[in-house]
Amino acid sequence: MIRTVLSALLSHWRRRPFQLVTLILGLALATALWSGVQAINAEARKSYAAAADVLGGGGVSALTAPAAAPIPVETYVALRRAGWLVSPVIDGWIEGDRGRVRLLGVDPFTLPEASPAAGSLDTDDLAGLVAAGGDMLADPVTAGRLSAFGDRVVPREGLASGLVLTDLTVAAELTGQQGYSRLLIDPVQPLRQAPLDEAAPDLALSEPQTADDLGRLTDSFHLNLTAFGLLSFAVGLFIVNGAVGLAFEQRRSVFRTLRALGVPAGTLVGLLTIELLIFAVIAGAIGILLGYIIAASLLPDVAATLRGLYDASVEGTLTLSPAWWLSGLVIACLGTALAAAGGLLRVARMPPLAPARPRAWAMVSGRAIRSQLLLAGLCLALACLALVAGGGLAGGFVLLGGVLLAAALALPAVLSGLVALAGRSARTALSEWFWADTRQQLPGLSLALMALMLALSANIGVGTMVSSFRQTFTGWLDQRLVSDLYVSARDDAEGGRLRTFLEARAEGVLPIWNTEGDILGAPTEIYGMADHPIYARTWPLLASLPETWARMGRGGGVLVNEQLARREDLSPGDLLDLPGGFRDEILGVYSDYGNPLGQVVIPLQVLTDRYPEAERTDFGVLVGDGGTDDLRRALEGEFGLPADAMTDQAALKAFSLSIFERTFAVTGALNVLTLGVAGVAILTSLLTLASMRLPQLAPLWALGLTRGRLARIEFLRALVLAALTFVLSVPVGLGLAWILLAVINVEAFGWRLPMFVYPLQWLWLGLLSLAAAALAGLWPAVQLARRPPADLIRVFTHER
Amino acid sequence: MQANLRHMLLAVRDLVKRFPGAERPVLDGISLDVEGGEIVALTGESGSGKSTLLHVVAGLEPADIGHVLIDGQDLTEMDDRGRAALRRSDIGIVFQQFNLIPSLSVARNLAFQARLAGRAEEAQLDALALRLGLTDHLAKYPEELSGGQQQRVAIGRAVAGGPRLLMADEPTGNLDEATGDTVMDLLVSLARTEGTALLVATHSQRLAARADRRLHLSRGRLA
Repeated sequence: MIRTVLSALLSHWRRRPFQLVTLILGLALATALWSGVQAINAEARKSYAAAADVLGGGGVSALTAPAAAPIPVETYVALRRAGWLVSPVIDGWIEGDRGRVRLLGVDPFTLPEASPAAGSLDTDDLAGLVAAGGDMLADPVTAGRLSAFGDRVVPREGLASGLVLTDLTVAAELTGQQGYSRLLIDPVQPLRQAPLDEAAPDLALSEPQTADDLGRLTDSFHLNLTAFGLLSFAVGLFIVNGAVGLAFEQRRSVFRTLRALGVPAGTLVGLLTIELLIFAVIAGAIGILLGYIIAASLLPDVAATLRGLYDASVEGTLTLSPAWWLSGLVIACLGTALAAAGGLLRVARMPPLAPARPRAWAMVSGRAIRSQLLLAGLCLALACLALVAGGGLAGGFVLLGGVLLAAALALPAVLSGLVALAGRSARTALSEWFWADTRQQLPGLSLALMALMLALSANIGVGTMVSSFRQTFTGWLDQRLVSDLYVSARDDAEGGRLRTFLEARAEGVLPIWNTEGDILGAPTEIYGMADHPIYARTWPLLASLPETWARMGRGGGVLVNEQLARREDLSPGDLLDLPGGFRDEILGVYSDYGNPLGQVVIPLQVLTDRYPEAERTDFGVLVGDGGTDDLRRALEGEFGLPADAMTDQAALKAFSLSIFERTFAVTGALNVLTLGVAGVAILTSLLTLASMRLPQLAPLWALGLTRGRLARIEFLRALVLAALTFVLSVPVGLGLAWILLAVINVEAFGWRLPMFVYPLQWLWLGLLSLAAAALAGLWPAVQLARRPPADLIRVFTHER
Repeated sequence: MQANLRHMLLAVRDLVKRFPGAERPVLDGISLDVEGGEIVALTGESGSGKSTLLHVVAGLEPADIGHVLIDGQDLTEMDDRGRAALRRSDIGIVFQQFNLIPSLSVARNLAFQARLAGRAEEAQLDALALRLGLTDHLAKYPEELSGGQQQRVAIGRAVAGGPRLLMADEPTGNLDEATGDTVMDLLVSLARTEGTALLVATHSQRLAARADRRLHLSRGRLA
C-alpha cells in the first residue's frame, strides 16, 4: 500500500516539474545563505584558534614587559642565569603581497616542547632556520603571498594561516625590533631558581592567549553576519511554505480520494513527511553547494575586513568539514518541517469526505489577521522592553528582531486598511472590484509580502547605516588625518634624527608616539599629542570642557576616545586613572571609528615624562602645498627609508576607505541576495494564488472583461502591493537603521554614529522592488492572458 | 442569409463545435432563432451540449463552424475584445454555481455588470433589489447569503444592465424545488417585464414548461 500511495503522491510532481523546482529552489536558497554565513564564521573562528594557539604559545605562559615594550636581551640573559628556562620570541609584521603578514621569530634551541611552534618544527628544519638568510616557514597559501622573500619561504602544511615562523635573528632583521616581544616559560623548570619578581622585576607573567580573546573582539562582526544569514533563511522559508501550501492545495482531492479508499490519516501524513524529507535532503545538498560558493566568494572580503579592523588573520580559502555538511542538511530538514507543519496538520485533521472544493490554504480569515496584529503588538512590547531594560549586544538584537517581526506581522493588517481606504475612493465598478479583490488576496500573499518587507527594511536599514557610516567616516578621516605625510623611523635614535631633519624642512612635525597599558582593567592605547594649533581646528571632539585645547597645551588633562568613554561611562570632567599611578581629568571625548580598543590622548611632554619606554619612531608631517614628493625623496636620500615607511595622507585615506568598502561589500552582497530570495517568494506566492484565482476571475471574464485585461489587472495588483509594501518598509528600515547605529553599533564597537537619510537610495530600492514584483507578476499574468477559454468555462460547469 | 437574420435577436446557423479527442462533435449543425422578448428552454440529457451551446452563443467559447448573430452582429467574426464588449453590453448570464464576486458586497455585485456597461442608475438598481427581495441584504457579502439569495443576486446582476439576451445555465440546479420555482418565477417575470429574450438550459421539464418554446438537444443536434 505504502508504495502505491507514495507513487500516487509523487505523480503530482512529475506533472508539475516547475513547482518542484520552486520548492527545491526556495529551500536551497534558504539553506545556501544560512550555511554560507556559517561556513565563513567557522573558517574565521578556526583561523583565530590556530593563530592564538601559535601566537599565544598554546598552553605556555609568557613574560612580557609593561606597555608591550621590548624585553632587553640583558633581561633574558639574567633570567637564564637565574635558572629560568625561558625562550625569546619576536612577534611582528612584515609586508606581504596583499597586506601585512604576522611574523613570529623563535629560538628553535630553547623553544619549550609544549609550545605549538615547537610542534610545527621538524629536526630537519633547524639547519634551514638558523642558516644565514634563514628559512621562513608558512602555510602554502600564506607562502604564496610572500613573493618578495623568494626561496627563503618554505611552504609547510599545518601552520596557522597568515603566519610566518622563522628564526629569532631573521625576525629581528626583518622587523627591525630590538629586544624580544615576550619570553615563553618552559612548563618544566629546574627545582631551585630565584623567584621571578627578583630575577625580572620589570616583567609581568601573562597567561596563554586563547582563541576567545580574538573571538570576543570579532564576535559582533560574526553576529552581524549570522543575523543576516538567519534573515535570509527566514525569507527562504516563506518560499518553501508557499510551494508546499500550493502542492497540498492542488492534491486536496487526491488526499480525499486516498482517505476514502482506506489510507489512514497517519499513513498519509507519514508519507507526505517522507516525500518532503526527500526534497529537503536534495535541496539541502544543493543549498550547501551554493552556500560554499557564496562563502568562497565572500570570504576574501571578510578576511580583509577582519585583517583591517582587528588584525585577525583569516585566509581566503575554505575547507569543508563533515559537521558543516551535516548541519546544512539538518537546517534544511528543520526549515522544511517548520514551513510544512501547518499543511501537514491540516491533512491530519482533514475528514475523509472533506469537499474537494479548493479552500485557499494560504488564506486566513480576518480573525487570523487580528491575532497576527496582536502578536505584532507583543513583539513590539518585547522590543521596547529590550530597549528600556535590556542591555548588551543580545538586548540590541532582541530589539532589532522584535521591531522587524512586529512590522512583518502587522503588515497584512496595515495593507488591508490601506487597500480598504483606497477602495472607498474608487469610482468605477472595475476599480471597486480591484481594491476589494486585492484586499481578499492579501492573506494569500501576506507571507510573500512579509518576506519582501523584511528584505526591503533590511536593505534600507543597512543601506542607511552604511551610507551614514561612510559619510561620517570620510568626514572624520579628513579631520583626523591632519598630516600630509606619515613617516616611521626604524628605531628611537633614528626617530630623533628624523625629527630634527623634518623640523627644518616642514611646516610642522607632529610626533605620533604611543605606548599601551591597562586602564580600568582593559588594554588601552596611550598616545601623546603635540601642542599644535591644527588639533584644535580639526580634532573631532564629541564632548568637551571649556578651553580643552588650552588646557591640553598646558598639560592639564587627557582626551579619551568614544569607545572608552561609553564602555566605562566616562564624560568630560571625570578623573581617569592612568598606568603608573597617575590621575588626570578628562577634558574631552573624541570619535575614533574603526578602532576596537580604548584610547587615551595625553600631552606629548606628559607621555615622554611618564612613559619613557614609549616608541618614538612615528611622525606626522605638515608639508604644505605640493612639497610631499620632494620631502619623500629627501627622506629616501638622507635616511634610506624604505617606501613603506612613508605614507602620504591620500594613500592612508584610500587604504582606510578600502577596508571600509570591503567590510560592507559582504553585507551589501547579503542584502542583494536576501532581496532576490524575497523576489522568488513573491513569484511562488503569485503562482500559488494564480491556480486558485480562476473561480474568482472567470465570472469577470464572462461578464465582459478580456483575459488580457484581467492579466493586466493581476499584474498591476502585484505592483501595487509591492509598492505599498515598499512605502511601509521605509519607516521600518529607518527604525532599523537607528537601532543599528544607536544601539547595536554602540554595543558591538563602542561608538555611535549620526544618522543621515538618503531618499535617492530609497527611490532606487523602490524601483528595484517594483522590478522584482514585475518580474514575479509577469509570468502568472502572461499565463492568465494565454489561458484557454475552456479552462475558464470549466469554472461554470464543474465542481472545482 | 445575413439579410434574413437581421430581424432576429439571436440567430444561430449550422453551428459545429468539437472538443479535441472527442469522437463526435458536441454541437453538430445547430441552427435556431430567438426573437426579442421570447423565452426559450433548452432541454436535454447531461452531455447533450446544452451548456456548450450557451457558451458559444455567449462568446465564451469559439465555434468551429457556423455563425452566431446577436442583433445582427456575428460573434464568430469578432475577436476576443469584441466578444467581451458584446457580453458587457448586450448579454446577461446566470450560472448554476451563481459565480458572484466574493470580495464585493451584494449591492456592488448587483450593480457590477450595469456599471461595466455604463448603464447603472441608482433608482433602477434600488427597484431591482426590492423586486428581488434583496433590500435587507445589500450590505452583506455573498458568503453570508443562502443559495437562493445568491442566485437572486446573480439574476439581478445579469438583468441590471438591461441586456437584450439573457442566458441561464441550469439556474435552479443547485437549489431545492421551492427555491428553484421562486428563482424561475423571477427570471421569467424579469425577462417579460424588461422585454429581454431568455435562453435557459435546464434538465427540469417542469421549468421548461414555463417557456414560450422548448428545444430539445440530443447528441449535439436539435431534436
